[in-house]
Amino acid sequence: MKRKFPKITIWSAIFAAIMASGLYATYLRIFYGLGGSTNLSDKFPWGLWIAFDVMCGVGLAAGGFTLVAMVHIFNIESYKPVLRPAILTAFLGYVLVVVGLMFDLGRPDRLWHPLVMWNPHSVMFEVAWCVTLYSTVLFLEFLPMVFEKFGWNRPLEWIHKISVPLMILGVLLSTLHQSSLGSLFLIVPEKLYPLWYTPMLPLMFYVSAIAAGLAMTIFESWHSSRAFGRALELPLLVSMGRVLAVVLSFYLWIRFLDLLHRNALGLLTHNRIETWLFALEIALMAVPMVLLYQAAIRLRPGALYACAVMVLFGFIANRLNVGTTGLEAGSGTHYIPKWSEVAVTLSIVAAGFAIFRAVVQYFPVFEAPSHAKARAEVEEPEVVLM
Amino acid sequence: MSKAILYDSTLCIGCKACEAACAERWGLPYTPAIAAEEKISAHKLTAVETHGERYSRRLCMNCQKPACVSVCPVGALQKTALGPVVYDGDKCMGCRYCMQACPFQVPSYEWNSRLPKMRKCDMCFERQSHGKQTACAEACPVGATLNGERDELLAEARRRIAAKPGEYYDRIYGVHEVGGTSVLYLSAVPFEQIGLRVNLPNEPLPETTWRVLELVPDVVSTGSVLLGGIWWITNRRAEVAKKEGRRK
Repeated sequence: MKRKFPKITIWSAIFAAIMASGLYATYLRIFYGLGGSTNLSDKFPWGLWIAFDVMCGVGLAAGGFTLVAMVHIFNIESYKPVLRPAILTAFLGYVLVVVGLMFDLGRPDRLWHPLVMWNPHSVMFEVAWCVTLYSTVLFLEFLPMVFEKFGWNRPLEWIHKISVPLMILGVLLSTLHQSSLGSLFLIVPEKLYPLWYTPMLPLMFYVSAIAAGLAMTIFESWHSSRAFGRALELPLLVSMGRVLAVVLSFYLWIRFLDLLHRNALGLLTHNRIETWLFALEIALMAVPMVLLYQAAIRLRPGALYACAVMVLFGFIANRLNVGTTGLEAGSGTHYIPKWSEVAVTLSIVAAGFAIFRAVVQYFPVFEAPSHAKARAEVEEPEVVLM
Repeated sequence: MSKAILYDSTLCIGCKACEAACAERWGLPYTPAIAAEEKISAHKLTAVETHGERYSRRLCMNCQKPACVSVCPVGALQKTALGPVVYDGDKCMGCRYCMQACPFQVPSYEWNSRLPKMRKCDMCFERQSHGKQTACAEACPVGATLNGERDELLAEARRRIAAKPGEYYDRIYGVHEVGGTSVLYLSAVPFEQIGLRVNLPNEPLPETTWRVLELVPDVVSTGSVLLGGIWWITNRRAEVAKKEGRRK
């Protein structure tokens, strides 16, 4: 209850500070290059901007394809109320991933090169194509919200006609590139610490992305219900908590089996930084899994939210471990991001929250399309709350 | 029939003539300060390292099955039939996946440039395609760096080990490592003692990612059938339920 009246000023001040530092970091990035704005080196060429902005960004946007599959392909109608926020999160997520890439690429003006200069043997090439195509799919999946807002019925019908193949395409593209972000690291068996390096990396990335997508959906539902005074879709989120528990169990079980079959469990007895980071990552997934199996926890919005947050942190810890910390020993160097790297990352996250908030206020995101008539009544109080 | 370099660490006297020749070949500055740097970087594409009283030389291994070539999303890196792995800076978008993927940590980046490129040794592709020796081999006063056909250099290396078994560690580095490299090493001591990575698999690294990538068409086609089928079943079920509901 600490953020009651001064909520807006404090958060606006933090937001402004983050954006200001991000702007200065952007200036450094443009005029002093990657050397002047990052702690990257020849031995450690990828840092926070890849491990967080790209790898976490894409994973946290996985709710988009997960819910599209559940609602439109598996036809589980009850999840419909959170489908649109999930699509919006995914679309924004991918836009922000591209923004992050613009910072990280040495030549952002050549972002389009992989679309023209092909190398099908490159995982990065596949990811580039999938992300481009899937962003287009997400844009098309988001468009109905715009068309409905302005009452453009003709284009709305067109989109509905192609929606099924479009959604199947979206799920396929997501399956490919969510897993491929793991495949990126298959090429470094001698660098990535064996607690993380496994030929199963693509499967691990895919399953954990689904968990992160579900957790993100619970997370944003909770936040938007508070921010807009909306009723929480509690029965829906409780059932989603159940699904999340099962996905987490499956994920942790295959992680364990993988370590077992690679005879890597013995590594856990080594007192090394990697062991502790691994334990942290697993705990952040295992604790919410156990909690989510308790009905009493699932039914309490606060506890459900806390579990979702833990899963998100567990997911982020995993991506940072694979993308940075797990590579340090094998690369023979240390990496701690420069302040400007952190500033850019925080700015992108903050911008994501702000844009999400703005879009939700202007477009019919939090309502099923069938309830279009009820829109006018719902929209009023939202605008007032701005 | 591909070209290679044989570096015999037991013969190297650490004079750094190869470094100077390399800098000249690339038009890079070569000052005493740069000469003192014992690591490769964007302004120093080969470096002589001191390991106690022994020397070792670092340069791009120009692998037979290069990881960098396979990971480059824009095909800026190519393995030539001649042997060298060459780089086209006009294609490069600066993702630096080549640097991450290289098991020898060879590619360097122009970190402080506003329009940066990757840099690495290309085993003097231009010179070799005109029948000339690499700049480093030509400069070496003691024959520690030789340039020639890979098969012949391997035979030469084996000859040297057989002739003086006491003076050589009984292996040639680069024959099997990551599927073989174009730069071969001879040493008096085990290779990790002259700074070479010995935890490398013999399997070419591109195989690790290709095993997954080659599944993409299968995943797409199987996934389409499966998802389309599931949609058809569940949607049909929903339609039926809707109609039955209406009749009641």
